[in-house]
Amino acid sequence: MDISVFQIIWFVLWGVLWTAYFMLDGFVLGTGFMAGFLAKSDTEKRVLINAVGPVWDGNEVWLVTAGGATFAAFPTTYALMFSNLYSALILLLFALIVRGVSFEFRGKIDSPVWKKSWDTAIIVSSFLPALLFGVAFGNIFKGIPMRNDFAAINFSYDGTLIGLLNPYGLLTGVLFVLLFAVHGSLYAAIKTTGDLSRRGEELANKLWLPLLVVAIAFLGYSYPATKLYDNFLKAPVLLIAPLIAVVSLLLVKVFIAKGSCHKAFLFSCLTIVFVVFTGVTGLFPNLIPSNIDPASNLTIFNSSSSLLTLQIMTVVAAIFVPIVICYKIWVYRIFRARVTNEEVLGNSEAY
Amino acid sequence: MNVVTLSQLQFAATGMFHWIFVPLTLGLSIMTAWMETKYVTTGDETWLRMTKFWGKLFLINFALGVVTGITMEFQFGLNWSEYSRYVGDIFGAPLAIEATFAFFLESVFIGVWIFGWNKISKKTHLVAIWLTAVATNVSALIILLANAWMQKPVGYVIRNNRAEMNDFLQVLTNDYGWIKFIHTLLSGYALAAFLIMGVSAWHLLRKNENDFFVRSFKMAAVWAFVATIGVAVTGDMHAVEIAEHQPTKFAAMEAQWETKRGVGMHLLLLPDVENERNSIEQLYIPNILSIMAFHDASGEIKGLKSFPKELRPPVLPTFISFRVMVGLGMFMILASLAAIVLSRKQTFTENRTFLTIMVFAIPAPYLAQQLGWLVAELGRQPWIVYGVLKTSDAVSKSITSTQVILSLLGFTVLYGMLGAIDIFLLVKYAKKGPDTDVSSIINVQGRG
Repeated sequence: MDISVFQIIWFVLWGVLWTAYFMLDGFVLGTGFMAGFLAKSDTEKRVLINAVGPVWDGNEVWLVTAGGATFAAFPTTYALMFSNLYSALILLLFALIVRGVSFEFRGKIDSPVWKKSWDTAIIVSSFLPALLFGVAFGNIFKGIPMRNDFAAINFSYDGTLIGLLNPYGLLTGVLFVLLFAVHGSLYAAIKTTGDLSRRGEELANKLWLPLLVVAIAFLGYSYPATKLYDNFLKAPVLLIAPLIAVVSLLLVKVFIAKGSCHKAFLFSCLTIVFVVFTGVTGLFPNLIPSNIDPASNLTIFNSSSSLLTLQIMTVVAAIFVPIVICYKIWVYRIFRARVTNEEVLGNSEAY
Repeated sequence: MNVVTLSQLQFAATGMFHWIFVPLTLGLSIMTAWMETKYVTTGDETWLRMTKFWGKLFLINFALGVVTGITMEFQFGLNWSEYSRYVGDIFGAPLAIEATFAFFLESVFIGVWIFGWNKISKKTHLVAIWLTAVATNVSALIILLANAWMQKPVGYVIRNNRAEMNDFLQVLTNDYGWIKFIHTLLSGYALAAFLIMGVSAWHLLRKNENDFFVRSFKMAAVWAFVATIGVAVTGDMHAVEIAEHQPTKFAAMEAQWETKRGVGMHLLLLPDVENERNSIEQLYIPNILSIMAFHDASGEIKGLKSFPKELRPPVLPTFISFRVMVGLGMFMILASLAAIVLSRKQTFTENRTFLTIMVFAIPAPYLAQQLGWLVAELGRQPWIVYGVLKTSDAVSKSITSTQVILSLLGFTVLYGMLGAIDIFLLVKYAKKGPDTDVSSIINVQGRG
């Protein structure tokens, strides 16, 4: 088979890995930075942490895999994306590090000051990645100021950290924050009991309208700010992706109103999946466009690995990704029950 | 300082910090799985209590190992983008495979193990810790194969202005990587065993839970002895590989300046780098270096002077790191042998001198681990991929020294704080000793 077949396969997988990551870590980040609004007592905070406890680590690995896949399949994109966005990604890294340890550390010392500090740490370190991922993807959709000469191996980047905080980048950041806020609140609603669960439902309900407004603004602003719509205009059938995203978002509200949070959560998952699909579809065949020189776009064709590496990686992914999905479903089934106050108080293993 | 030096400093600092936690994860995961296996097969509650106690220390340590690992993956792109672009076709694959195969497995099943005590059967719970443990070990294998490619590049061809893979099997079967893997893995087992012995000795000195800690100590003593012997054997095999494929590293490790046949070794030696000689040379053992390097008493060792200065690694730190690492290894073999012999005696718990030594021996394997990586990575300089790409050509072009100074500062502060907290927690829970009551688990899981 021609190398372009494998380049397209890996573009799709690249999109799928990011999608899985945002759908799964989205609710962990969301419950994390909404914890202050969701949980009112120490016990409730512990319930919330224990509701994500068994799964957060496995969810974060989708990010590591997305990073690894970018490295293996599109090394030039990996190299330039990480070095060009250096400062933003360092901040992201710091936040993810703090979030990871704060779940583990919070319960280890029985002191109010200690616990309060880690509560704040969880909120900040969950909020930052949500915002930064949004800002980063907004800028990727828009294109970043880079000039790449692939024949002469000469690459330059003319952006700054502050430059990433342009209106479109920030809007995408806010979109991600609101998506994850609703997603996380709904997760709290279906994974806990009593007041905590009720507050999750209420917050999701309250935040739904702002999310809808921002989502519409994002779809509208994308037209002048990015070239994402080019592919959709070429092949209107692709519009099914943003359509499903919008319909799913509407159904989130419908099912919250009916008091059926499980279904609302399911459609919140679909909303995130199809928002990311929409963005990725619009990017194709670019991975990161340049906004100053179209010839400098990092595409799946000019930044990919060799045919052999892509073939090997395809075999690896075809074997292991389905296995991973199977055992992750099994784990979600084991821990499908709601986490209760009594359970957390009576269990020395709980966070 | 320039971007190259700063990025090297940052990679060294974050890598060494990551490596404080990884070896214990490698060793303690397997040993905890071993203890739980004993519990499930015998039904003896002490094994369950051991699983819980040592498992708790494993988890406190595990968290930092995981989060600092993400830094390592990102850093190739952040600071070493020229490297990533140039070798990504080969180097990216193992990283991606590690994530999809091993990292997923360990991260998912660690959650099952922590939270599953009351939700799944005894046997399934045991499977969860074994999957976690095996996955961490496989993880190490894949990462070390990637590192081995930087030390002894195989299965590639230079094409399209970069290194491209032309034989994946060669990358996977790189003997440099496999020897290094076993060497590293066993050193992790040794480190975990010394931690168990040290903590047990601390409690035995205070006559706390004698049965529990004598049993833990005895188990760890056997692990430590087997592992340290294995570390020495694989270390010797590794030296042969290095002598053949990385002559500059080997010469720096031994501070050998002249190219000669039948080279011996001075037990006491101090290199004088400026004058390209050794200022102190005492206690000579003839032919030993040739035997170590080539298993041939008259084998020719290439000295540092045979290589231009700019292609030599920093001699003094490589030499000292290697010497001290080997010395610590020798000490650990003797200490674990003594541990096996003495722990079989009735009077063992009264032997305060020996128990005290074992408490203070806890840092020895930690230091040896760090020095081992210094030899491996400093000794490879000035190359990032030996003989293929220089470190100075591998750095990101779009980052400034200010950016790296700030991130290095950030890492120092953040890692400093988290490291201090983690070690504080490890000490706190190690001193606290095992929980006396495990009935809640036994009641749910059922007896026998």
